[in-house]
Amino acid sequence: MVSFARAVLIAVACLVMAFAARVGAQQNPQEHPGQYSQADVEAGSRLYSAQCQLCHGLTGDQVTGIDLRRGQFRRVSSDEDLARVITTGVQGTAMPPFALQPTEVNSVIAFIRAGFDPAGTAVKVGNAARGRELFAGKGACASCHRVNGRGPRVAPDLSDVGAVRSPGSLQRSVLDPSSQMMPINRPVRIVMKDGKTIAGRRLNEDTFTVQVIDEQERLVSVDKSGIKSMTVETKSSMPAYQGKLTADEISDVIAYLLTLRG
Amino acid sequence: MPKRALVALALVLAASYGLHAQQVTYDRILRAAEEPQNWLTYSGGYFSQRYSSLKQIDTSNVRNLEIKWILPNQVFGAWQASPLVVDGIMYLTMRPNDIVAVDAKSGRVFWQYRYTNSPDQRVCCGSNNRGVAILGDTLYMATLDAHLVAVDAKTGRLLWNVEAGDPKLGYSMTLSPLVVKDKVIVGVGGGEYGIRGFLAAHDAHTGKELWRTYTIPGPGEKGHDSWRGEDWMHGGGSIWVTGSYDPALNLTYWGVGNPGPDWTPAQRPGDNLYTDSVIALDPETGAIKWHYQFTPNDGYDYDSVQVPVLADIDFRGTPTKAMMWANRNGFFYVLDRATGKFLSGTPFVKVNWASGHDANGRPIPTPQPTGMPTFPGNQGGTNWFSPSYSPRTGLFYVSAWLDYASIYRRQEVQYSAGRTFAGAFPITLTPVPGAPAPGIGRARPINNWTDAVAHGAVLAIDPKTGQQKWRFDQFDVTESGNLTTGGDLLFTGGREGYFYALDARTGAMLYRSTVGGQIANGPMTYSVDGKQYVAVISGNSLIVYGLRE
Repeated sequence: MVSFARAVLIAVACLVMAFAARVGAQQNPQEHPGQYSQADVEAGSRLYSAQCQLCHGLTGDQVTGIDLRRGQFRRVSSDEDLARVITTGVQGTAMPPFALQPTEVNSVIAFIRAGFDPAGTAVKVGNAARGRELFAGKGACASCHRVNGRGPRVAPDLSDVGAVRSPGSLQRSVLDPSSQMMPINRPVRIVMKDGKTIAGRRLNEDTFTVQVIDEQERLVSVDKSGIKSMTVETKSSMPAYQGKLTADEISDVIAYLLTLRG
Repeated sequence: MPKRALVALALVLAASYGLHAQQVTYDRILRAAEEPQNWLTYSGGYFSQRYSSLKQIDTSNVRNLEIKWILPNQVFGAWQASPLVVDGIMYLTMRPNDIVAVDAKSGRVFWQYRYTNSPDQRVCCGSNNRGVAILGDTLYMATLDAHLVAVDAKTGRLLWNVEAGDPKLGYSMTLSPLVVKDKVIVGVGGGEYGIRGFLAAHDAHTGKELWRTYTIPGPGEKGHDSWRGEDWMHGGGSIWVTGSYDPALNLTYWGVGNPGPDWTPAQRPGDNLYTDSVIALDPETGAIKWHYQFTPNDGYDYDSVQVPVLADIDFRGTPTKAMMWANRNGFFYVLDRATGKFLSGTPFVKVNWASGHDANGRPIPTPQPTGMPTFPGNQGGTNWFSPSYSPRTGLFYVSAWLDYASIYRRQEVQYSAGRTFAGAFPITLTPVPGAPAPGIGRARPINNWTDAVAHGAVLAIDPKTGQQKWRFDQFDVTESGNLTTGGDLLFTGGREGYFYALDARTGAMLYRSTVGGQIANGPMTYSVDGKQYVAVISGNSLIVYGLRE
């Protein structure tokens, strides 16, 4: 049996550790499992300017077919692939091998994954094959999202999500969907002057019209002159996956999503 | 002299008289307002008001506009050119550097001149060209590889071609030249490549450079002490939009672009003259007579390349030779164009980089903490798109970006000849990190940033007070130029593919045409055989409107 004094000691120690962890989390709010550190991203930014920018350009899209900032590559997908290409180069192309330390390679990848934002968040990218299984199975993503012609149209079609979202944005979308819902995708509820109601997801909008896909998956274009009221929601109906999938599983789902390029 | 020779001489004289009668003399450009059927310079006249006294189309009949003809370009991208019209013939550049002569009534093409740019040419922001200038029977075009070419307006044949800047060092030209007397004045782009910007005058007959005035003063020149060490050598200061001219004061006015590197002001301490300034020059010598700097030591890419709009106005009870300027930095300025004296500076969009101006017109900076948004954002409260001033309404009209901010990151950069010299690209403030943001131009028909990130408007500003008289809101941002007319109409467009005629006095929308593509040029108007036309470019098509008959 544990003595009372020892129990108190353990309780105090636990409290101290919990407090320390909390303080640590506050000091580095972006450093979660599955992410690169802020220091890595910053170091990567400097290394990129010195080593990579000459060919890949200021915004990372100077080499045909490659847009580093947006995660568009010719030959690679995972972080491991990126590290290999950086250290060994690509034969028969202008991409030379770079004699960088593993920590430096890590930093360059962090900067690329942060979407070229030195203050941004860089997310680890896991295994796409495992992510695909999670997408259809445990994560049940496919029950709302459509990919390459399969699945419902209730939620945004993800067939090209890997081309338009950074890994960081995808991770945040999975953890806290409402915080990441792109303004254009916001659900709208429109009441027309004749009393008719249209509810759906916004697809496009201009000064005089708004285009939606309604809850019956119909494409509807509305002339604003006929609208009595229009509400644009900022809360997403997608569940948050924080605690539902592990950090590694989320890295795998992100890897899969990044392969979806339309 | 034998009788036959006399007849021949008479015929030659008659022929040359006929020829001369069609020539665009300097005197005609000076008096462009007296021939409103034509459009003789980029902004319609030396005062750059983009105003025409034509009034056949007015507020009562504008709803009867219809498309008369369309001319497509074969090249994609934002088509920013402003056409000229001379006696029924339209002269227009097509991306990247072609010129066409077109029957302004029917849209049928007389000839096309094709220019091949050097493979060394590089531009930061699109293969743009904003149009030709004309003097006599010669058209002048500034090219992406920084050449100035002269082309015969009757045949489209090249007359001469001179290098005005070195494209390998990042020099380029996208502006429409300005002819003053017998000189063709051009400025250079390249503010993102560490150029040392300049304005140059070329002999209209030979192309020979007559003077060159650097926008970044060298050692011994006035203003040089606003730079540290050798920073001036790559100090930027591009000039990529056409200036104005006041013949009575004999001053030509030009807006100067951002300093280099764009977003790293700590790397170039000092005011960095004459970046982000307006400079007033003697067109004979290129000497700078005065300057006013809108944004000293700019770290926000607030190019001051806007068109200097000149008018003689009553400014708070005093007859004033005014220059009106809605600047990329978010302030609307009125300056005395004879002296450069600051008269007023009023924000026309949300501004937080400065709290206002001191008595001398120097902005009072309020830099935002690291990571916090700066208003207006990187593309500015407005940009290069043409404003308009109507002497009938006394109002100044400008396309503006509202509720738009950027978060700046400071990163030192090293100069390397011909390569980007800019710093860390700013991040647009969005409701969701990494969400789409409006950049330069619009590549797709979807507005996927929405008004949550930025939206556009045409603002009507009373220059006497700097206050907004009315505002025409758009859901997307707009890069359209504005045209006002003697019919009290304002013609404008935007990114959404609508072309509008507004009531210039109230902002009420009187006519809307769905044209599909973004409008990124300045609409202009002219008349042929007594019929008024309005021309605008939407997407890859020049569209000309007239009244339904």
